[in-house]
Amino acid sequence: MTYLVYSEDRELAFQLLGKARELADKTGSSVAAIVVGESQEYVKQGADKALKADLGEFNVETVKEALLEAVKMTEPSVIMIGATKRGKEVAPRVAAALGVGCMTECSSVDLGEDGKIIVERLTYGGSTVAKETSTSTTTVITVPSRSFEKLEPKERTGEIIELTFEAVKPRVKVLKRREKPRSSVDLESAPVIISAGRGFKTQEDLKILDELAEVLGAQISCTRPISADLGWMDQWVGISGKKVKPSLYVACGISGTIQHVAGIRDSQIIVSINNDESAGIHGLSDYSIVGDLYEVIPALAKALKEAS
Amino acid sequence: MRQVVLLKDIPDLTEIKLHRETRAPIVEGVKRRISEVDKRALEAAIQLKEAVGGEIVALSMGDDKTKTALLEALAMGADAVYIVNEPEFKCLDTNATSKVLEAALKQIGEYDLVLTGEMTLDSLSSQMGPRLAELLGIPQITYVKEITAENGKVKAVRDLEDVDEVVEAPLPVVVSVVREINEPRIPALMKIMRAKKKPQTVWDAAALGLDVEEIKAQSYVKITNLAAPKVERKQIKIEADSIEEAAKKLAEAIVSEGIM
Ligand SMILES: Cc1cc2nc3c(=O)[nH]c(=O)nc-3n(C[C@H](O)[C@H](O)[C@H](O)COP(=O)(O)OP(=O)(O)OC[C@H]3O[C@@H](n4cnc5c(N)ncnc54)[C@H](O)[C@@H]3O)c2cc1C
Repeated sequence: MTYLVYSEDRELAFQLLGKARELADKTGSSVAAIVVGESQEYVKQGADKALKADLGEFNVETVKEALLEAVKMTEPSVIMIGATKRGKEVAPRVAAALGVGCMTECSSVDLGEDGKIIVERLTYGGSTVAKETSTSTTTVITVPSRSFEKLEPKERTGEIIELTFEAVKPRVKVLKRREKPRSSVDLESAPVIISAGRGFKTQEDLKILDELAEVLGAQISCTRPISADLGWMDQWVGISGKKVKPSLYVACGISGTIQHVAGIRDSQIIVSINNDESAGIHGLSDYSIVGDLYEVIPALAKALKEAS
Repeated sequence: MRQVVLLKDIPDLTEIKLHRETRAPIVEGVKRRISEVDKRALEAAIQLKEAVGGEIVALSMGDDKTKTALLEALAMGADAVYIVNEPEFKCLDTNATSKVLEAALKQIGEYDLVLTGEMTLDSLSSQMGPRLAELLGIPQITYVKEITAENGKVKAVRDLEDVDEVVEAPLPVVVSVVREINEPRIPALMKIMRAKKKPQTVWDAAALGLDVEEIKAQSYVKITNLAAPKVERKQIKIEADSIEEAAKKLAEAIVSEGIM
């Protein structure tokens, strides 16, 4: 039995190797990984076989061919793929080519008594955790970044093997890549977050958050429409954005949809300000004020200054 | 251009209640709607049809209720609906479901574009587009936020984490869209009335030439438990005579939580 690991993001690949190593050691199996960049580090991070493949610029059909070749070589019981958007388009394509089960965005991965893989993943918009298992001889899973820790790298013995596969001519042609602005804010480890929703009428209005952010030492984030539709900020919180775990999360003008709440569930204290008494966010908060954010936010900043 | 849009009708997530003890979602009896991102795939198809002409058919795997839910697709602008309704196929995983949809697509015949949402909001699996592309032997363009078609090609902008990628592909191709691609139209009453007159075809396994047992044997993933995590929030509503009073109480609460 083998665990086969791939991610185009090396750091994520190492996190997957950490988990794969743990499971392999439990069952006396081995770990193989498709290499991106330098190979030796994959061995240090837990791979018994580092498969060197010439993948070039990321392309789903090329990576699929490489993975299928690696499958022939290693006959894996589990193929672990990093759940980036690129990884998430490769995984089902490989699963379909093999005709096997696939489970995506797994937040935990374990083995059942029968040695079959058991995962946990969110379903129903992010409101519910599903435990799932697969009975196919090979199972493909995808795992998001930061779900598992990578190992302390150490000198280990492992083979570096050249993986040759048939070159494919990608049918989808990339005409242009436009870099997105890289956010300098690390929401995932921010201790306090103030978040803006559609209750804000203009981008200019976000300024009223600055004073509150300063007293609280908070980072500012938002819901998906504020970022993806309006472009007022470059990252958002929620099931399709950042999953955050601050000690305090202040939701301002946010209705509390399942997709947003799935990203803030691990917050220690949730505070909400929303002028609609029936908004779902109130029931999902520790403290809430039914009121106009344009009045409450400055008043709260002032009160906090006086209280501290 | 002939477009097939994959639509799934799912329970309205805001209406789902939890089982008191198991905290499993109770979906029976909850009104079903077309999953939000799938609806935007349909809207994208309608806009492409408005630009280059052709036909839009919607394809769905569902049950007896699916016909009603998919009337909305016909009202929005789909020309015909095909529904796979086979009681034996109720709990299939994505592998088996993709085999069924592959058979249905073959039955539908010619197509230039297969459109779908990046994920359905119930299962959140994001698998169907790429799986079908592989089974049909055609390319895929995922996470699309803009799309145009001309001269037998599509051009699309993909929304990836670090870049926007502008790509071009020959037809046929599978395209999955993100929520930001458009705002789906709300059909006028007249169109809703007329939707009932548009063709809805229902297929069972036999109509697709599928062997029920053979398909079921290819369903590998099983859900062994479903439960909503417990939310234990204090749910304290801060009430006061003035905003200043309320803000003061909230500030005190925040301080007493030891956060400052
Ligand atoms: C596949 C998919 C994935 C998604 N992923 C995410 C995700 O990761 N994160 C995310 O956030 N969303 C996500 N969404 C979108 C989600 O469904 C909602 O559209 C979104 O969360 C709503 O954002 P909102 O609360 O800012 O806006 P709304 O729902 O419009 O809420 C605005 C709130 O502001 C209140 N308000 C208005 N004016 C004031 C005022 N003056 N003072 C105080 N309150 C006021 C209103 O009462 C209302 O409750 C996703 C959707 C899909 C389809």
